[in-house]
Amino acid sequence: MNISIDDIQKEIIEDFSIFDNWDDKYAYIIECGKKLKPLAPEYKTETNLVRGCQSQVWLHAEHKDGVVNFYADSDAIIVKGLISLLVRVLSGHTAEHIVKSDLYFIDKIGMQSHLSMTRSNGLASMLKTMKVKALLFLEQEKAN
Amino acid sequence: MGTTIQTLEHNLDIAEIRRQFPVLNQQVNDKPLVYLDNAATTQKPLAVIDALKNYYQKDNANIHRGIHTLAERATADFEKTRDAVKTFIGAEYREEIIFTKGTTEGINLVAQTWGRANLKEGDEILLSAMEHHSNMVPWQMIAHEKKALIKIIPINDAGELLMDEYEQLLNSRTKLVAVVHASNALGTINPIKQIVQLAHRHGAVVLIDGAQSTSHLDIAVSDWSADFFVFSGHKVYGPTGVGVLYGKRALLEAMPPYQGGGEMIGEVRYDGFTWNELPYKFEAGTPNIADVIALKAALDFIDVLGKQNIRSYENSLLQYAYSKLEHLEGLRFIGTAKEKVSIQSFVFNDIHHQDLGIILDKEGIAIRTGHHCTQPLMGRLAITGTSRASFAVYNTIEEIDRLEAGLKKAIKLFR
Repeated sequence: MNISIDDIQKEIIEDFSIFDNWDDKYAYIIECGKKLKPLAPEYKTETNLVRGCQSQVWLHAEHKDGVVNFYADSDAIIVKGLISLLVRVLSGHTAEHIVKSDLYFIDKIGMQSHLSMTRSNGLASMLKTMKVKALLFLEQEKAN
Repeated sequence: MGTTIQTLEHNLDIAEIRRQFPVLNQQVNDKPLVYLDNAATTQKPLAVIDALKNYYQKDNANIHRGIHTLAERATADFEKTRDAVKTFIGAEYREEIIFTKGTTEGINLVAQTWGRANLKEGDEILLSAMEHHSNMVPWQMIAHEKKALIKIIPINDAGELLMDEYEQLLNSRTKLVAVVHASNALGTINPIKQIVQLAHRHGAVVLIDGAQSTSHLDIAVSDWSADFFVFSGHKVYGPTGVGVLYGKRALLEAMPPYQGGGEMIGEVRYDGFTWNELPYKFEAGTPNIADVIALKAALDFIDVLGKQNIRSYENSLLQYAYSKLEHLEGLRFIGTAKEKVSIQSFVFNDIHHQDLGIILDKEGIAIRTGHHCTQPLMGRLAITGTSRASFAVYNTIEEIDRLEAGLKKAIKLFR
């Protein structure tokens, strides 16, 4: 994959720029959530679970051919839509790029309120989980 | 459903009441705020806000020890709240009123003092299936320490206690029954007087969690013969960080102190101390003076309106909410007991409560979503959480219409 994390963020910001009200914006996020491929049951494990006060999120990461791919699911659809954006931005990049990435698109598309959403279910903690998983892959790479 | 809840007459001027709550008059996401999260915390009337401001602007001083005028004024006002609480909950003595941080601290105090002094291996503690975590975890902690057993009084699907089962569970090993007066997740009002009577037949002590009932229902601890009763200031239109533990005088006298420090002591020597008399024995350190003083303003606010008027009006809101929401496709009410406070939980089979909460917030409507700190209860009802609308005396029929419209919008968005 040649497109950079930065380019994907710009794409998403562009996608969202056509919405002038929150209804359409959320309808789009809900659509994204519905489109996200359901996580295979074998990956809905306790270790992949990001437990929250409100909803459950599963986040699975794979490291193959030098890049990391993320797979996610949630029982709540807006959260699922928001993670699908994170998955779209961060999947297919090297662990190093993921760890070093600066995700500014959340702010730009007006979803910053979800960064601090209730307890561990916020986008911030999902993003952190993704970076931690990438960091572990990075350490493995260095060890090998 | 809810057919026995009657819509009673009330003579409240709701518009005038709303004017006393400045926070209600604001836009959230460009829509007038609809605040339906009153079971989490109620908003504060001007009288409470003014009492806080007044205290810090005119009277601030440490209480009970100072000899100067400010200290005397602050002490007098602080103790006036104790008298007001005594009357408000129908206690016999002012010494039975202990100020705490809130309901949770009150329960922990009883668990750590009465519990530690009285529980032993094999003793049984009865809790109901609908308890808040704060009336569950403190007992689990002390039960673990003392090797005591916790048993659960079951409920039916409507969310009512099975009183026959309760009676069966009581025996000579039962040392304590801790039950919520009104359920925060379901709204169920439990038959407190009967619960106390049955427990006392077996010599068990009873703690009533009044967090959700005190703003809605008449409280009569002495008449019920309740041994302990706890509530929080912030759920009765008062400030956060202040609550009350009521305990029968004889029980409190016999209990060891909770925390050590200033105020709670009689005399201190290098090799030990004696403790102060009630209620100060349980109030170590400088208390939350301002909030205790302002709590009286909250109780006065309720008294002026009248509990009967409040209850009638809130019942009519609950009835109206039933009639509006029951038509929504796929909605299922959770908590359909005959006797309820103005709390209504509901779920949709195909819409997650968190999603619903996010969309309603966009519409300026504040409700609560989640497990409401009652995870075991959610498990019993085979759900992961609910959406909960809870009404206070300042809510209106129009706000329930807004809730209905918001839910319809969410349904359209998600289906």
